[in-house]
This record gives sequence, structure tokens and C-alpha cells, in this order.
Amino acid sequence: MAFERKHILGLEELTAEEITLILDTTESMKEVSERDVKKVPALRGVTVCNLFFEPSTRTRSSFEIAEKRLSADVLNFTTSQSSVVKGESLLDTARNLEAMGASMIVIRHPMSGAPWLLAKKLDSSIINAGDGSHEHPSQGLLDLFTIRQLKGRIEGLRVVIVGDILHSRVARSNIWGFMKLGAEVRVVGPPTLVPKYIENIGVKSFYSLDKAVEGADVVIMLRIQKERQDSEYFPSLREYSRFYGLTREKLRCAAGDVTVMHPGPINRGVELSSDIADGPGSVILEQVSNGIAVRMAMFYLVASARSSG
Amino acid sequence: MPTKTVMDSDSVNRTISRIVNQILERNNGARDLAIIGIRTRGVYIAGRIAGEIERIEGIKPPLGTLDITLYRDDLRHKAEWPKVKKTEIPFPVEDKKVILVDDVIYTGRTIRAAIDEIMDYGRPSSIQLVALIDRGLRELPIQPDYVGSKLDTLSSEEVRVRLKEADGTDEVNLVTG
Repeated sequence: MAFERKHILGLEELTAEEITLILDTTESMKEVSERDVKKVPALRGVTVCNLFFEPSTRTRSSFEIAEKRLSADVLNFTTSQSSVVKGESLLDTARNLEAMGASMIVIRHPMSGAPWLLAKKLDSSIINAGDGSHEHPSQGLLDLFTIRQLKGRIEGLRVVIVGDILHSRVARSNIWGFMKLGAEVRVVGPPTLVPKYIENIGVKSFYSLDKAVEGADVVIMLRIQKERQDSEYFPSLREYSRFYGLTREKLRCAAGDVTVMHPGPINRGVELSSDIADGPGSVILEQVSNGIAVRMAMFYLVASARSSG
Repeated sequence: MPTKTVMDSDSVNRTISRIVNQILERNNGARDLAIIGIRTRGVYIAGRIAGEIERIEGIKPPLGTLDITLYRDDLRHKAEWPKVKKTEIPFPVEDKKVILVDDVIYTGRTIRAAIDEIMDYGRPSSIQLVALIDRGLRELPIQPDYVGSKLDTLSSEEVRVRLKEADGTDEVNLVTG
């Protein structure tokens, strides 16, 4: 199967076959990262712009390394040092970057849907690196990849997503990704942070962590996003941590080989106790290194779709 | 489509045996040899060469697999990009005499890409090239060291190598038209 998408905007719109092709390509890309010379010439002469309207170290660095390992030219653009502070619109900024020769734009933006706007208006390929509280497809894909590598499959697994489901783009991308590949997805969090009608898309929702993790194969912890807590969703971090923080005790009802994931950065002692974050079932650092290979696969496939027109 | 059989099963086997003997003669045995096959069919021939060397010399040379997709020079001109598969070279190439194996040598561009990729793994002491079929029509100054059979072909013709491991039978056909 050939990949036919010029953009990767979200996992909701990808088919199971497309997701599987990205994961298969990631396997090959991972090998490049294990070599002495971690670079291949596939995207030589292609200019990629990283357009970040929100602070990010991990995701931006991971995209940048992926671009460089494929030999693309990289242009980094962060809002604090740009004309955006002078009032330039998103579209004008992006058009200027395109005029400088960028043919792929990686965008992170606080507004949900911003990458779709660019995809509609520009010729460049757009890769969504996180839009508002909507989607974060590269994170979803790397979580899928990490689990597939560890467990050999996604289908039939019981996956629990814990925390601020309401604001989390990681949750949305993971829900779509895991559901499309046949996993059972449960979400759990305080009633204020679990969207009311979320069961309509096919997940099971819980308010009790103990009940949600029963028999779980994978537990994905979300970060409490202090920057998005503009009003009070729970009385205190301490209370949140008592009910929804993951400890050895609470993991006891999960499957014996349960895997714990976290997209980072971790608030230690809030979402995760340190013995779990650093424990045997944790793949948090594995997720980070797989992230590079997943992003390389995304670039390669999008570039291939571009060249076929 | 008119098809001419260029090699049958026996002659494929005899040719590979002959190439193995030439490799061992030229390198004074199997010391420091490493065999690397280019996906897809070069891999099978490489496996047979390694097996044959083990049978004769009693040492099995390390065996690797190369996928040159990410090193192609024609990606941007291709309508459909090939699926990337894994390169697997589970040994250091440093100071090895690398025997690079492909089924057919044609323009030489695949071999250029393969040499570049091997160099990214380290500095072998030499790279020697095996091609089961040399069909001419080179576009780069690259020549094989060991050739099974040389064919004069037109670019409109197609050389089809079939091997037991993938196709159930050993056979080389020239398809015209």
C-alpha cells in the first residue's frame, strides 16, 4: 500500500492500514538511529520548518533530530523570537516560511484546528505537532509503536488513559489510534476532567482509578497541565494525586505485565510515584527514543505522497 | 510477451559455486570476509554464498542485509516511493572484506547507494561486488568483480531473476517487448 496523504494532521482521519504502514516504516527508521553514523540522505534538499507557537523541548527536539537524520534542512521558528509578537497572523507567517523554500511545516499551536487551516491554504505538507486540546498524532503513533514493539500487538489489549482527558490532545490521539487498531480503551479522571459524552465514540469512562485499571495491559498517564487549568477542576493537587496518582498499590489489579506510559514532562509525585516512573514496567525513556523514529517515518511517507502528486 | 530462459536451476547453482570459488581464490580463503546482500534477491544469493563458503572453509562469514531505499538518488523523480525495509548489519564492517551481492547489475545506481550506506557503518578494508547477471547499460563507472553471466540487453527488456527462497524455483529469464 502506498501512503497518499500530503499531511499528517490527526489520527482520527487515518485508517488502520495507514497507521500500520507508519508503524512498519518506523521499524526501519529505528535501525538508522542505532548506527554509528545516524544519518541517511533520503530528504536531502528538502527544507522543513518547525513552527512552534507553544513552548516545547521534547517534541521540538525530537522533530528536529528526525529531520536531520533524514538530511533535511531545518528552520526553527519559535514565537518568542518572531514577528508574531509584532502581530503577524498565522497564515502570513506560514506563507513567508513557504516563500523561503520550506516544503514541510511542523506546527504546534494553542488553537485546535490550526494545522488544518494551514493544510487548506498552503502548498506545503503540514505535520501536526499538537493543536490546542485536539490532537498530537506523533505522540499517539509513538505510543502505539512502543506498545506494539513490547507486546507484539495492539488488538485486544486493554488500555487505560488516566487524568485530564478534557484538555489532553495526547488522550485524543491515543484514543483514536488504539481504537482503530482494535484495543479496548478506557478513560478515567475526575468527573470535571472527563468529557460527558465521551462514551459515544466507543471508549468506556470511569471515575475510579481502581476500577479502571482492573486487568489493564497498558496505563497511559497524562500530565496535569497546570498551564491549562484556568479554572479549578479539582480542589487541590494533593487531592488529585490521592485519587488519580498511580502507585504500586493501585497497579495491583492490572495485568501482571502492565506497561506504564507517560508523554512527559512528569510531575513526580502528582501523576506518578517515582517507584513507578523508574520501575520495571515503565517505558517512558523508550517512548522518547522511539519518538525520533516515528517522526522520521512520518516525514518519509509524507514526502513520498508529495512526490506522487 | 516473448521470454527467453537465460539460466535454469542447475546453471544458477553452478554459477554460484563458481563465484564462491573465485571469491575464496582471490581472498586466499574466508578470513575477514563478510557477505552483504542487497534486498530483495541479493539477500538470498548472499545467504547461499555464505553457506557455500562455510561448507568449503568451515567458517561461516558474517551475513548482512542492505535496504538502500533511503540512499536512492531517484526518490524525487519516482511516482511511488518504495516501502522502506530494514538494513541489518549485525557485525562491525571495519577492516572487513565486504562481498556485496546483488542479483542484477544494470545502471550501477543501486550499487552506488549500497556503497554509500556501507560506508556509514564504518570503513571496510575493501568492497567487492558480485552480480549474478550483468545486463550492461551502466550509467555510473561501477563494475562487478564477480559476474555470473553477462547479457547484452536493451533498456526496453527486462531481466527476471527467480530464486527458490522467494519464487519456488531458480531461473533467470529475459523478457522482451
